[in-house]
Amino acid sequence: MKCVSDLPVEVLVGGRLSEIEAKPMQPYSYEAVAFLAELSQGLLANPAIRTYPDLVGFAYWCRKANLQRLARDWKSQRQRIGRGIAFHIAPGNVPVNFAFSLGIGLLAGNANIVRVSGKRHPQTSLICAEIDRIAKQLGHERVASMIRVILYPHDDAITAALSESCHARILWGGDTTIAHLRTLPVSPRCVDVVFADRYSLCVMDASAVLAAEKEAVEALAAGFYNDVFVLDQNACSSPYLVLWRGDAAEVDRAMLRFWGAVEHLLLSKPPSPVMHGLDKYAHLCRISVLLDSCVSVTRHQNLIYRVRLRELSSGIEHYKGRYGFFFEAVVKSVESLKTIVGERYQTVTCFGVDPEEIISLVVNMGWTGIDRVVPVGKALDIGVVWDGYNLIETLSRTVADC
Amino acid sequence: MKAPDFSRWLDLEPYGIEASRKSALLAGALCELTRWHAAKCDAYRRIMAVQGIDSEAVLPLEQVPYLPVRLFKEFDLLSIDWSETYKTMTSSGTTGQQVSKIYLDRATASFQTKVLSRLMGRLLGKNRLPMLVVDSPGTVEDRSAYSARGAGLLGFSLYGQDVTYALNASMNLDLPAIEAFLDRHRDAPIFIFGFTFIMWLHWVLPLQQLGKILPIQSGILLHGGGWKKMHDQAVDDETFRMALQSCVGGLKIVNYYGMVEQTGALFLQCEEGWLHAPTYADVIIRDPYTFAVAEIGQEGIIEVLSIVPLSYPGHALLTEDLGILLGEDDCPCGRLGKYFQVIGRVPEAEVRGCSDTYEVRI
Repeated sequence: MKCVSDLPVEVLVGGRLSEIEAKPMQPYSYEAVAFLAELSQGLLANPAIRTYPDLVGFAYWCRKANLQRLARDWKSQRQRIGRGIAFHIAPGNVPVNFAFSLGIGLLAGNANIVRVSGKRHPQTSLICAEIDRIAKQLGHERVASMIRVILYPHDDAITAALSESCHARILWGGDTTIAHLRTLPVSPRCVDVVFADRYSLCVMDASAVLAAEKEAVEALAAGFYNDVFVLDQNACSSPYLVLWRGDAAEVDRAMLRFWGAVEHLLLSKPPSPVMHGLDKYAHLCRISVLLDSCVSVTRHQNLIYRVRLRELSSGIEHYKGRYGFFFEAVVKSVESLKTIVGERYQTVTCFGVDPEEIISLVVNMGWTGIDRVVPVGKALDIGVVWDGYNLIETLSRTVADC
Repeated sequence: MKAPDFSRWLDLEPYGIEASRKSALLAGALCELTRWHAAKCDAYRRIMAVQGIDSEAVLPLEQVPYLPVRLFKEFDLLSIDWSETYKTMTSSGTTGQQVSKIYLDRATASFQTKVLSRLMGRLLGKNRLPMLVVDSPGTVEDRSAYSARGAGLLGFSLYGQDVTYALNASMNLDLPAIEAFLDRHRDAPIFIFGFTFIMWLHWVLPLQQLGKILPIQSGILLHGGGWKKMHDQAVDDETFRMALQSCVGGLKIVNYYGMVEQTGALFLQCEEGWLHAPTYADVIIRDPYTFAVAEIGQEGIIEVLSIVPLSYPGHALLTEDLGILLGEDDCPCGRLGKYFQVIGRVPEAEVRGCSDTYEVRI
């Protein structure tokens, strides 16, 4: 294990890299919770964050009441302690993700070196400024000494040096990034938490959509919008497929109702870049050529493309679109998912379908994929359990007495 | 199925068909091409089928199904047997980019040349002019695979005589060659051809640096190709013109818009500065958000149509360029047909999402 040395990086938050406090703490330590709660308060009091729903989401996640709830759920496992230094490589295009990663690292009891992307998002500056402010306050020195947010261009030498001096790495960014980062030397005891490319889908019950009040359908559309359009349908947990449960006639009417509401909502938003429409049209042509199971397409202007599938065929996720491009299929029961679900499947968002039903299918039938079943609207809500990991457990160790 | 034969179109005036007659004629020809490609090209047929388009239908011009131009970068799209391919054209992508591959058979290549001859005859007159190519001779040397640049140079070189390259192999001014050429054709009008960005970077700027004014009395300078790199250097059409005029004297400067994916459709700039659709081709500007036909004066995505693509399904293509339709049949220059302006590329959109952590260094 090498000590952290000072490297040619830009430090956005914290002092010198070599001076980071590597001594771990217990998960959900009073100090870490207090620090994050203060961060939440500070952010929520800042009117500048209101333009960034993702930032508001983060601020809500780390507010005191929520952290205390998480800590209560954790209570039973007292003989645990953080691993030491966690090195995070945050994704370039999900601005607040680095903050979630950092927050979870702190809650698990670790010191954290977080590499943020070179794309300077305003959200990053707002969060960093707030952390800086809190770090100077009396009582927060301990946690402040465990935080470094850094910036450096793609540089294997720096990444390798940090990998050799950390106890855990949290690697966002998909297969290519992970494959590359795994070629670098790491300290022998280092634990990697990797977020590979994953695919997600949505299951709707047609009769539930038809039975819902107008307001409920609008809320459903708003939730779906957040799941999909906030990150260009490019997040691992954004659905690429919408599966409808019901009989054909019912599903047709439910689709009309649901997609009508989504279209209506999209029309009220500022237009998306012109290239998005061109991308969707090109993708439609591409999959028409490549995929035998495409039957037809329904377009809502260039806002939404929906490709109807004749049947669910395995490997379909490789044809996923972006910016509001969906595959759709009608099924009699959610068990039909078995033809497509493999280890690459992450989140199922549902409406009118009991999450328990899906969870028990995964567990009882031994499916290798799906590690999250949440209501429509919650697809992007990152938490301490993510991508099949209990992150607090993975990023801490047990001191056994037997 | 009998291949469409549009050779009689060559008898029509390049800019002489008024709107109502042209749109009916062109729609007829393009629908025939849709039928042809649907019968001959499996990928094209599948694209039509998913969208529920009846390839047998007789449709007005604006409803002729179009392919996104980038599809030619991803697929080999052809409506002929591989054995019938005669020429493969590729777009001039920079290193690492995918390039379009366009497959021509003899018939398509020959028809394309004839259409180009019609347009160039109109521009240059009956006689071949002495021609100066602003490029390096190396660009055309590999004749088996034509890059867009090489193909363009060769294609246009048919319309000149004493074809002389103005740049040497390392893309520097070949002043002795240029001066000898100008000496040989002291009083004759000359034809200069080159790609916009190359002309700017390797000709205009070096000439300006040398303070050199080439003694050219009259002739035509034709240039085309993307403006993206020009805009990156903040050079617009006007700046380019002024700079050219300052170092080459009395030339008529003509810009064109065209792409390797649809070489038959060449849109030449008129005396008013607008690009014109010739009889054999057309342009439709589409609303960037709905793809509906845009109004005159409204900025939108450029769709190009041409009767030339027979060996590949490229008769209607949605480009990634933005333009504005300025009018039809009423340009003060007197040409009939639509005239328009190209604004630039549709801006690249930054993708949000979680799979690009470790940006690749370029």
